[in-house]
Amino acid sequence: MSLLDVQGLGKSFGGVVAARNVRFGLDRGEMLALIGPNGAGKSTVFNMIGGQLPPDGGTVSLDGADITRLPPRERFRRGIGRTFQVAQAFLSMSVAENVQMALISHHGESRALWGPARTRHRDEALSLLERVGLAEAADRPCAALAYGDVKRVELAVALAGAPKLLLMDEPTAGMAPRERAALMDLTAEIAARDRIGVLFTEHDMDVVFGHADRVLVLVRGEIVAEGTADAIRENPRVREAYLGDAHALAAPGGARP
Amino acid sequence: MDPSFLAVQALSGFASASSLFITACGLTLVFGVTRIVNFAHGSLYMIGAYTGATLVPRLLEWSYGPVPFWAGILASAVIVGLIGILIEVLLLRRIYGAPELFQLLATFGVVLVVQDLVVHVFGPQDILGPRAPGLRAPVEILGRRFPSYELVLIAAGPVVLGLVWLLLRKTRFGVLVRAATQDREMVSALGVNQALLFTGTLFLGAFLAGLGGALQVPRVAANTGMDLSVIAECFVVTVVGGMGSVPGAFLAALVIGQLQAFGILIFPKSTLVVVFLLMAAVLVVRPYGFFGRPEIIGGGHAVGIVSRAPSRATLPLTVALMILLAALPLVADAYLLKVAIEILVFGLFAFSLQLLIGVGGLVSFGHAAFFGLGAYGAALAVKWFGAPMEAALPLGLVLAALGAALIGAFVVRLSGIYLAMLTLAAAQILYAVAFQWVDVTGGDNGIVGVWPSPWANERTVYYLVTLVLTAGAALALMRIIDAPFGYSLRAMRDSEARAEAIGLHIRRHRWLAFTLAGAAAGLTGGLYAFSRGSVDPTLLGIPTSVDALTMLLLGGIQTITGPLVGAGVLHALRDQIMPLTDYWRLLLGLAIIAMVLIFPRGLVGTVQHWREVRA
Repeated sequence: MSLLDVQGLGKSFGGVVAARNVRFGLDRGEMLALIGPNGAGKSTVFNMIGGQLPPDGGTVSLDGADITRLPPRERFRRGIGRTFQVAQAFLSMSVAENVQMALISHHGESRALWGPARTRHRDEALSLLERVGLAEAADRPCAALAYGDVKRVELAVALAGAPKLLLMDEPTAGMAPRERAALMDLTAEIAARDRIGVLFTEHDMDVVFGHADRVLVLVRGEIVAEGTADAIRENPRVREAYLGDAHALAAPGGARP
Repeated sequence: MDPSFLAVQALSGFASASSLFITACGLTLVFGVTRIVNFAHGSLYMIGAYTGATLVPRLLEWSYGPVPFWAGILASAVIVGLIGILIEVLLLRRIYGAPELFQLLATFGVVLVVQDLVVHVFGPQDILGPRAPGLRAPVEILGRRFPSYELVLIAAGPVVLGLVWLLLRKTRFGVLVRAATQDREMVSALGVNQALLFTGTLFLGAFLAGLGGALQVPRVAANTGMDLSVIAECFVVTVVGGMGSVPGAFLAALVIGQLQAFGILIFPKSTLVVVFLLMAAVLVVRPYGFFGRPEIIGGGHAVGIVSRAPSRATLPLTVALMILLAALPLVADAYLLKVAIEILVFGLFAFSLQLLIGVGGLVSFGHAAFFGLGAYGAALAVKWFGAPMEAALPLGLVLAALGAALIGAFVVRLSGIYLAMLTLAAAQILYAVAFQWVDVTGGDNGIVGVWPSPWANERTVYYLVTLVLTAGAALALMRIIDAPFGYSLRAMRDSEARAEAIGLHIRRHRWLAFTLAGAAAGLTGGLYAFSRGSVDPTLLGIPTSVDALTMLLLGGIQTITGPLVGAGVLHALRDQIMPLTDYWRLLLGLAIIAMVLIFPRGLVGTVQHWREVRA
């Protein structure tokens, strides 16, 4: 049984069909990329799996349990961590406190009225920050971090819930090219070590072909191709979807205009 | 039931719906374009009524007839429209980008200024305007007499709706207003002269407020309480109809007019209760009102407390302050002790609001509701059950906590501006209940004879009781702000999406915050009641809510100790300055506006900022 199982997921906004009969599975420890041209419905599919958007039809199951109608906070408890396209962090708190906040919630202490929050689960928070390479920045205000580092904080926050599944919506958007590879290498390493399944959307084809075990291609709300990076690169339907934008599918490291 | 009674009741419902729509339509148009909820809209309505009641009789003296009468009404509306332009140019234009709390406070500053200016210009007494020429005789409807002027009002609502519709659909100005209501940024990107558009919209909005007020001249005497009572009703209309939607305002005004007309059969004491129930029901089903769009208005850039490294000086400083405060009776006379008690009470009151605003980012504009519930709960326990202070204080606290839990259950579904307006409306409803339910609450006179138990009746002892309770509650709240619960509230304020994604139940936390803040405010209300020996409806009024907000603003919204300092400073200033001047509200209003414009960090915030810049 796969970790994440999506069956017949559909959503339309007025007359626009944003997702139609989307079905796929994702295993533990697997890095699965969801790609497609702008407006293909990637974020719609993503938000239906994350719980931000209710689907019109279809089911989402995690470890065999139906989670289609659960709100995001319940999905977190079931083991789904996520990062956002525009990084979302608690900017009034320090870096460590961001992670501590997630740990406090994970341990069900968010309504505790006594005992300072800033000392709770600090060691665990520091070791999570260590894993994403932000140990030195632990006591800096989150608002003072560079954007790429906020993305790392998000990753540490998502990991604080001990997730089985990590959802990353355009994890490298807004980052410098060298930072992108570093963040995805880190994600792949964590996924492999902790047997976490990772579903991510991405526009940067270097990131996709360099890090995804498997790639799903979404066009106008439908999955038109699925396979390994090499198979996808050669798939004529995918080439057609990207309509002459051949460079987008060039081999990683290849010449770019 | 007699059908003729029902018909007349329905007609008078339509008449008040029309008046309400004309005024609320201006508020919703201004909001749609500028994204500012103009608190001073009710003041513009009041100016319209006073101007009409003064101007129209002069015109009628000069030449009696319908033409001078209606010309006078229109002229009053135009005058108010011009005042609207003045407000836009001098104030609003400087705060379009400010957090919504500051916008609301600044426009409330205008409310205070206008209150004193109206008394100065028109005198303190109510002014009853003339009846409309040609419409003095009542008409007969199903054998009952019905004022013919009301029929004109019934027609006026749809006429204004039609004219506004034509203006919005058929003119370039209207196209721009509609475009700005949908996407303000896009309109400015297209090179539209924003300043002119906003000024024009303010003229239109103020004109409608003035018209709404002037049309009341033959019905009710212009009085100084009109501004706040009409603004609360307008808030209900715009929230139920959907912010920025003119047809929504019309529909909501119709429903509310009828509810008020027939609600009198269900709750003879307070028709506003029915209106509130309607609003609660609508918002549960449609959180953005009849025709509002699901969008977050405000709340986007909440200002509030940020993490700071704990200082080692905090504990010794707190202990030293407590010792000083406990030693105060050794040097203070009875008067100073009375002032000190009030400062302690209002300090905790403002601090309990800080839990909602500074920590939770929930801009509550009706915190007086919980202060008043605590005070009335204690006073009612004394009056009706003969309870001693030791029992009455906790009863007041419980009543306030229950009220906060009930109101909170509705308002936590909302955010930003909607939350501010709904909390304000809830407090106004309670105010109306206290005011109108004379048999139980004593109405305007309130309840007297609320004195402490004999052992605490002596001023010094009562001061110490107050000190122990308020300081204890304040320290407990500080712990809560530092505890995971306080951090969770801050997390939701910083990013709802992130908070939800780490498993936090946003509504449940915010509801608990409301209940806690309400309980603390209820304690202060009870203490205040016993310190004065009486309660009255002003404790529940908008000015009491704004007092707390002003203390927050003065002390600094981004600080933990700010509200306590703000309460002390504001109360001391009031104590010194109020006896010297007839224009206290004018001064206070100008001070609030000045603080928003040039001193938004507050006292404690500014000191902190200096120290951080130096470090």
